[in-house]
Amino acid sequence: MSFIETFQFILPEVILLVFALAILVCSLLMRSKGLLGALALTAVVLASLFLPRVNTTHASLFFNMLTDDAFSTFFKVICLFITGVIILISMGYKTLQSGHIGEYYFLLLSATIAMLLAVSSNNLIMIYISLEMLSLASYILVGFFKHDDLSSEGALKYFIFGALSTGIMLYGISLIYGVFGTMDLSAIANTLKTAPTNALISSVLLLFILAGLSFKCALVPFHMWAPDAYQGAPTSISAFISVGPKAVGFAVLLRIFTRNFLPLYADCVTIIMLVSVFTMTIGNIIAISQTNIKRMLAYSSIAQAGYILIGFVVGTASGTEGALYYIFAYTLMNLGAFGCIVLISNSIRSDNIEDYAGLSKKDPVSAFMLAVFLLSLAGIPPLAGFFGKFMVFAAAIGSKFIFLAVAGALNSVIAVYYYVKVIKYMYLDEPKATEMKKNPAPLQIALIIIMIGVLIAGIYPSPFLNWIRLSQVFFLQ
Amino acid sequence: MSFPILTCIVFAPLAGSMLILFTPKKNVNLIKVIATLATAAALCLSVLLLIKFNYSSPAMQFEEKAAWIPSINAWYHLGADGISVGLIFLTTLLSFLACIGSSGIKIRQKEYFFLYLLLSTGMLGTFTGLDMVLFYMFWEIVLVPMYFLIGIWGGQRKEYAAIKFFIYTLAGSVFMLLGILALYFTSTPHTFDILELTKTGGALTLSVQILIFIAFYLGFAVKVPVFPFHTWLPDAHVEAPTPISVLLAGVLLKMGGYGFFRISFPILKDAAHYFILPFAILGMINIIYGALVAMAQTDFKKMVAYSSVSHMGFVMLGLASMTATGFNGALLEMFNHGIITAGMFFLVGVLYDRAHTRELDKFGGLGVKMPVYAGMLSVFALASLGLPGLSGFISEFMSLLGTYPTFKLITIISSLGLIITAGYFLYMLQRILLGPVNEKWSAISDINKRELLTLIPLLIIVVIIGIYPLSALKYQIAAISALVQNLGGIAF
Repeated sequence: MSFIETFQFILPEVILLVFALAILVCSLLMRSKGLLGALALTAVVLASLFLPRVNTTHASLFFNMLTDDAFSTFFKVICLFITGVIILISMGYKTLQSGHIGEYYFLLLSATIAMLLAVSSNNLIMIYISLEMLSLASYILVGFFKHDDLSSEGALKYFIFGALSTGIMLYGISLIYGVFGTMDLSAIANTLKTAPTNALISSVLLLFILAGLSFKCALVPFHMWAPDAYQGAPTSISAFISVGPKAVGFAVLLRIFTRNFLPLYADCVTIIMLVSVFTMTIGNIIAISQTNIKRMLAYSSIAQAGYILIGFVVGTASGTEGALYYIFAYTLMNLGAFGCIVLISNSIRSDNIEDYAGLSKKDPVSAFMLAVFLLSLAGIPPLAGFFGKFMVFAAAIGSKFIFLAVAGALNSVIAVYYYVKVIKYMYLDEPKATEMKKNPAPLQIALIIIMIGVLIAGIYPSPFLNWIRLSQVFFLQ
Repeated sequence: MSFPILTCIVFAPLAGSMLILFTPKKNVNLIKVIATLATAAALCLSVLLLIKFNYSSPAMQFEEKAAWIPSINAWYHLGADGISVGLIFLTTLLSFLACIGSSGIKIRQKEYFFLYLLLSTGMLGTFTGLDMVLFYMFWEIVLVPMYFLIGIWGGQRKEYAAIKFFIYTLAGSVFMLLGILALYFTSTPHTFDILELTKTGGALTLSVQILIFIAFYLGFAVKVPVFPFHTWLPDAHVEAPTPISVLLAGVLLKMGGYGFFRISFPILKDAAHYFILPFAILGMINIIYGALVAMAQTDFKKMVAYSSVSHMGFVMLGLASMTATGFNGALLEMFNHGIITAGMFFLVGVLYDRAHTRELDKFGGLGVKMPVYAGMLSVFALASLGLPGLSGFISEFMSLLGTYPTFKLITIISSLGLIITAGYFLYMLQRILLGPVNEKWSAISDINKRELLTLIPLLIIVVIIGIYPLSALKYQIAAISALVQNLGGIAF
């Protein structure tokens, strides 16, 4: 394949880049939030049309810096879906004013390019660069309300934690280079197949990498930034960082550990298992006492990452399948929940859970959708979240990780309390008098479609499972 | 392909709830008509099911099977046999009657009937689902509507009662989910099919069986409820509105017992034998403890709620017997208790609607003011305390009779529960109906026609089963003897 031909595989990235730059230029000429949003949305739709087909072969691109396989396509679909919904949420988010909106969409599209590159990177330095690019765009987006103290505080914390953890990761990469003499993942995997490595060295190496990615996925103990960043950021960006970087973090984790470093991976399974249990438990327990819904969802998404990690710890085909399904379901329901929060905050101008009292009477559609998304996050059948839990628990029990399955089960009971608390305010309590504004139709329709998706993925998950199975069948060869 | 009768029964209420979703909120009458028709359709179909049911066969009948999630070998598999057919009928009957009895709901009717029908589908699915994943889904679907039905339309402490119900039941059922997964992975080929697992489950080693049995036990025992997991019950039953209390006591409690009959005992045979002594002891505790606590209550509804704890003890006791008589007693007790307690809760509701209090001590002499009500209350109270000639007696007697050969002392102590039960029910009748008329209630009106309409079908069933028990037993005998044979129990 000639160098020019390889560009067909990165057409989505190129389209996004062109549109991102175009948006920057356009924003000098016009300040309409709607038009710029529409332009960004067009970019995402076009990019998704040019996604590589799901295939069973894999192509190595740009001197094996990038790879194109079914696994990366799966995550590219998820990432583009996320950005599309986030743009719709941003367009319907009234607090987000037109000032600097061009930069906002530019950064969002840049972050998307970074995500697309990260999920297809096959080289440690490429992984590092794309993750840094994603992080830098996210830092600025979190601090986008520059006159709001909470927003700036969130961004600063996000930045400091991010800088520290990427530093650790970079150090880990340098050690890997020292041991293996290459940063190419396939080359490292080949070396590992033939020559056994010292268990201590390999654990240390992988833990450094894990530390860097734990920050992206907000795993304990690298989760401290999440609540402040989520609370301070514009809600559309909270939604974005709760799903986007997280999905990417897990994609990279799975690619490095499960695909390429499998022989090393056994050495740190216990540690990752503990990380999973602590992530679930700490996230869930702290979430109980939250009064701000964005902060509560921050802790909830920490806990959710713990469940995804179960599938990762198990490491078998069914474990990866469970993790992928969970990521898919989590993306749907968390985006949905944040979308509803944006709709609701447009009218009630508050993110306090107490102000949601009686919402079912004032805005029945949003309340109902939020209730469905929260119940799905809680893992109540027949919703997508339930089936995600089902898959990861099944993988854990199938591989005799009974402790992990029991911890996950107990945690999902704790979690129900705080999810249902929001529903209690919406449905059981009497409303305060607030004027409800008309909901922006595109966002509302998008949310209804996501809600139906959550229902279908829970009742009839077969098509999604087949898709996921296809995405990882090659991956485990 | 034959007519998919079970699918129609299960999803008739769901279809109704979808219709209600698109009905204008203001049109309350139309909503009520839709709900009544949907539950009536399910009831008619289940009567048809009873008629067409071949009760001489222990096999699963009316089976429907379709691929659902092929990659994990989960099927959409429904069926009814002697164990479930009575409970399906009970569920549709009570759903229909409680729907008629829901006219007391004055606020947010659209949401109420939507959730009510959803609940109905969940309960019916639990009793018909023969695939573990399907069973579990229906089992959990019950939780959410129930949370709202208690939480929105309940009494003073409704929010507390609703979340307590939700968390207790969920805590039990997540362990059941782990048990389901464990069964899946220990079977070869991996399957969620309850009938397949019934054939292969016995091959597991005892220690594995015990672990899985405990996981399922946690799920079922919370629902039954078995001491000490019963504390959600008085809260939920007391705070729920009348029709929902009827379904809680009449149907939801049976889901636990059904789980033992359908899953724990037939699949995990060795573990079931291993655990019969704890079952007998827990049954005895339920009977005695429930009855004693019921006696101490001053709240009418709470008393009936605790009487449920006591009666469900007979189910546990019958299960511990490992005899056909005991099993028949336990299964029939579930049906009978469903009918009688539903009647009791309706009667509590009738009184509460008029007096707006349930304090037993505040009544007195109502027998003069409400003669028809007094008659009804007396019959249902007598049925509940196990008067021969009414249905409650038959099943409790069979439970005790079946258990006696194995656990003599426990059976003797348990039968004392009947005396305590008689004590508190008669004491209740005395405080409400007899004595000098409390002037406060001089204007109270007697039970009306609509309320009678909900009670009379129940009354007829109570009398028929009481006089001619075979009318109900015939449906279950074949299935129970097959189960006992499968378990290696005593066929007496």
